[in-house]
Amino acid sequence: MDRVYLDHAATTPVDPEVAEAMARVLRETHGNPSSIYAEGRAARAAVDRARDEVAAAIGADPSEIVFTSGGTEADNLALRGVLKVQDGRDGLITTAIEHHAVIDTARDLELHEHVRIDVVGVDRYGVVHPEAIRDAIDDRTSLVSVMHANNEIGTIEPIAKIGAVCREEGVTFHSDAVQTVGALELDVREIPVDLLSINAHKFYGPKGVGALYVRRGTRIATMQTGGGQEKGRRTGTENVAGIVGLGAAMRIARDHRPTESPRQATLRDRVIAGVRARVPDAVLNGHPTERLPNNASFCIPGTEGESLIVALDLEGFAVSSGSACTSGETEPSQVLLALGIDRELAKGSLRVTVGRSTTAADVDRFVDALAGVVARLRDSAAVAV
Amino acid sequence: MSRVFVAMSGGVDSSVAAAILAERGEDVVGVWMRLVPSGGDIDAPRCCGTDEAGEDARRAAAALGIPFYALDYADVFGERVVDRFVDAYASGETPNPCVSCNQHVKFDALLHDVVRKFGGDRLATGHYARATTGEDGRRHLLRARDASKDQSYALYMLGQRELARIEFPIGELRDKSETRAIAARFGLATATKAESMDICFAPGDYRELVRERAPEAFVPGPVERADGTQIGTHAGIGALTVGQRTGVGVATGERLYVLRLDTERRAAVVGTRAEIARTTYVLTDLQFVAGEPPSSRFATNAVLRYRGIPLAAYVDVDRSHATLDLAAPALVAPGQAAVFYDGDEVIGGGVVARQPL
Repeated sequence: MDRVYLDHAATTPVDPEVAEAMARVLRETHGNPSSIYAEGRAARAAVDRARDEVAAAIGADPSEIVFTSGGTEADNLALRGVLKVQDGRDGLITTAIEHHAVIDTARDLELHEHVRIDVVGVDRYGVVHPEAIRDAIDDRTSLVSVMHANNEIGTIEPIAKIGAVCREEGVTFHSDAVQTVGALELDVREIPVDLLSINAHKFYGPKGVGALYVRRGTRIATMQTGGGQEKGRRTGTENVAGIVGLGAAMRIARDHRPTESPRQATLRDRVIAGVRARVPDAVLNGHPTERLPNNASFCIPGTEGESLIVALDLEGFAVSSGSACTSGETEPSQVLLALGIDRELAKGSLRVTVGRSTTAADVDRFVDALAGVVARLRDSAAVAV
Repeated sequence: MSRVFVAMSGGVDSSVAAAILAERGEDVVGVWMRLVPSGGDIDAPRCCGTDEAGEDARRAAAALGIPFYALDYADVFGERVVDRFVDAYASGETPNPCVSCNQHVKFDALLHDVVRKFGGDRLATGHYARATTGEDGRRHLLRARDASKDQSYALYMLGQRELARIEFPIGELRDKSETRAIAARFGLATATKAESMDICFAPGDYRELVRERAPEAFVPGPVERADGTQIGTHAGIGALTVGQRTGVGVATGERLYVLRLDTERRAAVVGTRAEIARTTYVLTDLQFVAGEPPSSRFATNAVLRYRGIPLAAYVDVDRSHATLDLAAPALVAPGQAAVFYDGDEVIGGGVVARQPL
């Protein structure tokens, strides 16, 4: 059966050029980047080229890029690393719609490190208001962490304005940009952000590798100790092939963006229009316009996310509900609840995220299948076996 | 092609059930039911609804190359099985949670979802029993071919509507070696977990769970003989079961068993074996595989416990309840199932009611 993959926010297929670059490194570059002989230098050069590519894509200096094992580690390093070095300043401000990698890290810091946490709410579109951040900041605030765009509902946050507030108040600003790098223009010379989390597999790179952008002058401690790689900020022998894959994926994404993001936005709007036409009572989650070009998120009354996903999978479509990390349990998403969406309605959430390979025909087939599945699920509520 | 869903527990039996269907070339989908909320103690005993069992089921499905889903039934399991289990003990009955799980979770909630939500045609499980179709198109429920593994007792509540969509692929297997051979052929883990006598959601002593959830059932009360003479005290109705040998504060030198539990007075009435075994029992919640009893009075072999010996009996059906008339005295606690057999075939069954004094 022909599968239609519409869950690009969960992960993306590796670009063939990225896979080739990685395979070449695995075959040909076996040295340890810390070794001083030729094999080591070759590996170091590969890592540095990737560092240049990542830095160039976001307007950073290569020395400001720290490679990590992915978005979760980048978020952990940002939060834990900054809070660890802020003498006397023990406040962390974050939001109700952050990814678990941020919100659970914040809760852990609160529980074990005596960090004071302030969780700022959002409006019904999931937008964090810069003034709400300003109101939350006090003289003990050390770090503000607000995601660039939400993974579930697609809302893009005004991080330039939030960053400006933080700068005025003299507070370090972190943004989890895992969903946006590749999809949105993002230049750290224009946006006053001090720390930025990046994850390769969200933009056609490999899983298990990411980076944290650390603006020069930002004080940050390491979380682990060892051989001192990445200037001691993330020690451990580098994942050379993964890092090369990240660099290549970032460069390719940057080249594609001017044409690809508008193309995906058109497909996204086709999903939204199609779902509205065929399931008229479906509610669009997130901001009507300020949203990721590939994200269409809905709540469908009278259904449950789990059933939607299973039924659609059996018909050949890969979509998601809530976020992939919480599958197998039917608790409604905290993000949707934070928007003020009713608990029952929130159980019927559906996220459709298009990607490079998605076509208009895929979208039309999906909308047809969804209409059938929703009708069946609603009927089932009224009928015994 | 029709699509068959297989309820996979993570154990070898349901994995082999899925393998048999896959080998037959059917369109097979594996499902695992989450029965308890996730997380918790990672070293907790295994039972089919926990995270670890789900992992085993996922691996088995992957080995067979079939789609697999983990579905959440913790709510319905909690309400229809665990809560009822606690309530039953608290009110002096002896519940059968495996029967309630089959009745309300597997063959009601899951079967409904398979057919109505996911467009499945049939549901298969790894129960040792057989479901066959007669010449008249009626479905029949039979003991497993391997009598030593038979689980048909806990399936007596299945009627025509359910059986039309149910299959038990491993019920036809002759013995354990056949199961193992199939498992080996498909590369399934054959290490059979130690068969637990515990109740899956209350490992160890189930009374701890009852005490925690229904503390009111743990108020001490009198232990009496049938004539009303008090001979001691007990710690609470919730810890007692009809038929249980008692040592509770009794020192008469006789072997005494719980005869009945009077929840209103919190009294435990005890007696000798001769006093407690009886030949007639009232049954409620009657279910017949054919949809109706063979006749209003019929001869049968009654089984009163899981893997129990068939006992010659007559059943007199009076609308919603029946009288079970055993040829020889036997003991069964209220809340337990009495299942009617005709040879290897299950006719139906009912729940033993609290008996009139």
